[in-house]
Amino acid sequence: MAKPEENRIIASTLSYAYPDAEKNAVSGVTMRVRNGEFLAILGHNGSGKSTLAKLFNALYVPTEGNVWVCGLDTRDDDLVFDIRQHAGMVFQNPDNQIVATVVEEDVAFGLENNGVEPGEIRVRIDEALKAVNMTRYAKKAPHMLSGGQKQRVAIAGVLAMKPDVIILDESTAMLDPSGRAEVMNTVHRLNKEEGISVVIITHYMGEAATADYVIVMDEGRIAMSGTPREVFTQVDAVRELGLDVPPMTDLAHMLRADGLDVRADVLTVDEMVEEVCRLSSSI
Amino acid sequence: MSIVIEHLNYVYMTGGPYETKALSDVNLTIHDGEFIGLIGHTGSGKSTLVQHLNGLIMPTSGRVLVDGMDLADKATDRRAIRQRVGLVFQYPENQLFEETVEKDIAFGPRNLGLDEAEIDRRVKDAMRRVALDYDRLHDRSVFELSGGQMRRVAIAGVLAMEPQVLVLDEPCAGLDPRGREEILGLIKKLHEEAGTTIVMVSHSMDDVASLAERVIVMNHGELVMDGVPRDVFSCGEELRGMGLDVPQAVQLADKLRERGFDIPEGIYRIEEIKTEIEKIAAKGGRHA
Amino acid sequence: MLKDITLGQYFPGDSAIHRMDPRMKLILTIVYIVGVFMVSNLPGYLLALAFLYLVVRISGIQFSYLVKGVKPLRFIILFTFVLNLFFVQGETPILSLGFFTLTKEALDNAIYFALRLVFLVMGTSVLTLTTSPVQLTDGLERLMRPLQRFHFPAHELAMMMTIALRFIPTLLEETDKIQKAQMARGADFESGNLIARAKAMIPLLVPLFVSAFRRANDLAMAMEARCYRGGDHRTRLRELKYTKLDAIGALAMAAFLFVVVLEGRLLG
Repeated sequence: MAKPEENRIIASTLSYAYPDAEKNAVSGVTMRVRNGEFLAILGHNGSGKSTLAKLFNALYVPTEGNVWVCGLDTRDDDLVFDIRQHAGMVFQNPDNQIVATVVEEDVAFGLENNGVEPGEIRVRIDEALKAVNMTRYAKKAPHMLSGGQKQRVAIAGVLAMKPDVIILDESTAMLDPSGRAEVMNTVHRLNKEEGISVVIITHYMGEAATADYVIVMDEGRIAMSGTPREVFTQVDAVRELGLDVPPMTDLAHMLRADGLDVRADVLTVDEMVEEVCRLSSSI
Repeated sequence: MSIVIEHLNYVYMTGGPYETKALSDVNLTIHDGEFIGLIGHTGSGKSTLVQHLNGLIMPTSGRVLVDGMDLADKATDRRAIRQRVGLVFQYPENQLFEETVEKDIAFGPRNLGLDEAEIDRRVKDAMRRVALDYDRLHDRSVFELSGGQMRRVAIAGVLAMEPQVLVLDEPCAGLDPRGREEILGLIKKLHEEAGTTIVMVSHSMDDVASLAERVIVMNHGELVMDGVPRDVFSCGEELRGMGLDVPQAVQLADKLRERGFDIPEGIYRIEEIKTEIEKIAAKGGRHA
Repeated sequence: MLKDITLGQYFPGDSAIHRMDPRMKLILTIVYIVGVFMVSNLPGYLLALAFLYLVVRISGIQFSYLVKGVKPLRFIILFTFVLNLFFVQGETPILSLGFFTLTKEALDNAIYFALRLVFLVMGTSVLTLTTSPVQLTDGLERLMRPLQRFHFPAHELAMMMTIALRFIPTLLEETDKIQKAQMARGADFESGNLIARAKAMIPLLVPLFVSAFRRANDLAMAMEARCYRGGDHRTRLRELKYTKLDAIGALAMAAFLFVVVLEGRLLG
């Protein structure tokens, strides 16, 4: 059985139906997020992946089953604010989650809500902005920033609360490639250097390929799970679920279909280069 | 019908402290029946350029000629130009407003002053082109539809104007892979079957690589590259320097060349690199 | 036209006026306006003008900027002026045109009311020009805090103001985009009579409302996720503190009031 001290989030036979909905948006999901893990949850639009994210932050309360965040049951009304402090959330639209008219005031928002002393707030804002490389924008108005910068401000706002896990609910979907890279580099660094667990909800395969573990959702259920290699190797199954595979995995798949002996679990360009070298040298 | 852009400059908020030069000396001719991919990072000026094509923005200096008519000329009927050059904005579903799908798509044709029979024909035709079932959906509220369907309604609303040139700003932004494929598929069909000239703004090199016949790259308000995909994508270093991605097939080809493999220049599609790898394997390797 | 309105605009700076506590500035602005409304002779208005001029000089803002701010309101001021001319009953006629008789009392009243409006606008402009919107909402919230005991939603009001300020640029940008998108579909926002133009606004307003509601929904969820639970037990990053500057400001205002009252007694 999953122990709370090894896991940041545990979901057990978790189901959720929106009010007045006939079908469950999330249906019988059992999973966990380990300490320090970088987890990707994939799925096409309407697969239930965003609903799942909102269950992790106690924004929604399970219809059936349970979610524990750092051992705290999200059904318990008294624990809601503790849970939200442990599991921080960054949303999709950068414009719709920044509250204040000045960057540093926005980063302070969560701390102010939790009644942190002004002196301590100051220290934590400075740390958080530094961690996302936004220190020099502290006094700027949010609407003057790029999409990637706004999302980094949102991450800083979460980071200032000293969370154990950060959940990114399609936070890169509205960004351009450089904005996406900014956000992904930031969360990877926080994961490695600060040991914060990360859950990214996404439909970009390239982002999922950098995770430790991948869960693919379909119709509210877990359809596939495993390391990125294990999941993406099943090219046809992934396509069946309305998703892409990384281009190099696709290429390996095509080469194998033509009878060439390349590994099926190629994810990156560099790995493909190695495979081609191996092909040409083996006689 | 061609669009000619000569020495186009555009400055935002002239004179103020926030004065920014969005476009500088852009020269460009869009020929009849082309499929152009317009790329550049956010703030490179590509959205500003696109809004000049149908007179939504007027040049600070320089000229935009649609079919020989100067858009800045008082005698030019800008509304007639906007009928011929259709523009689909980013996240176009955010502009829908009518009670039903049918009424929303009819908004453009109605503004053109067409009669009911013609409006009806155009609505049906536009819905067919974006693969929306008229009988099932025409009297639904646009706000009940899924995100992908709403986007197709918005595109149909522009198609119902029957433009000769269709400009799409990031048509796949925010869609999942299936939605993206559907939209790209219908754009491709429009180009091939109706012969519509397409200008597609995109961040995604892979989308552009798979569809466009000509690629234009913008950077800091300047047009820096203009050519067939083969030539543009062979400048991997420059593209990366501008904060742009390079299609993975190009990255692979570059790295294989570094390792001493003989890969021809100008490869940018996965199918092409696959053929090359198979050649390498046939020469040196063994089959499984 | 819209950009000519200085009321509500902030002019960044580091003058003594800028550095004063927003609460004190709010109070002093109100006191100043009350003071001006007590004046009822020309020397008194000259005094009020001199005081305002002094404050503006210290703040480093050009006085002409303040005058420009009154311009968009000239019709309202003119309207009040004319209204007073007609409706104030007086006993000392100066001019008689048919059934209309202009009295001295009416003329005096009209002039004073117009001047009061001008000073009201200029006085408030000094406040908004030297106080950032953030400070202004902070100041308002804290001034109104004692009223919370009587269930007055001081925190909620301040939060609403902050959010409104935050989203105004976003919604303006969005309006521009939707308008252009509809123009690309042949919409005409410029020609036609009033009804046609009002009708042309529907394609603009519906998507704008839909979007505003969606944004409100998203924002509410984001605020909840960041532990927002109303104003109770909430701390603030910036604590407001009264300084020596505020004491000087208060003294200067008291002196002004004293002189105004004294002058009123002597001449009025």
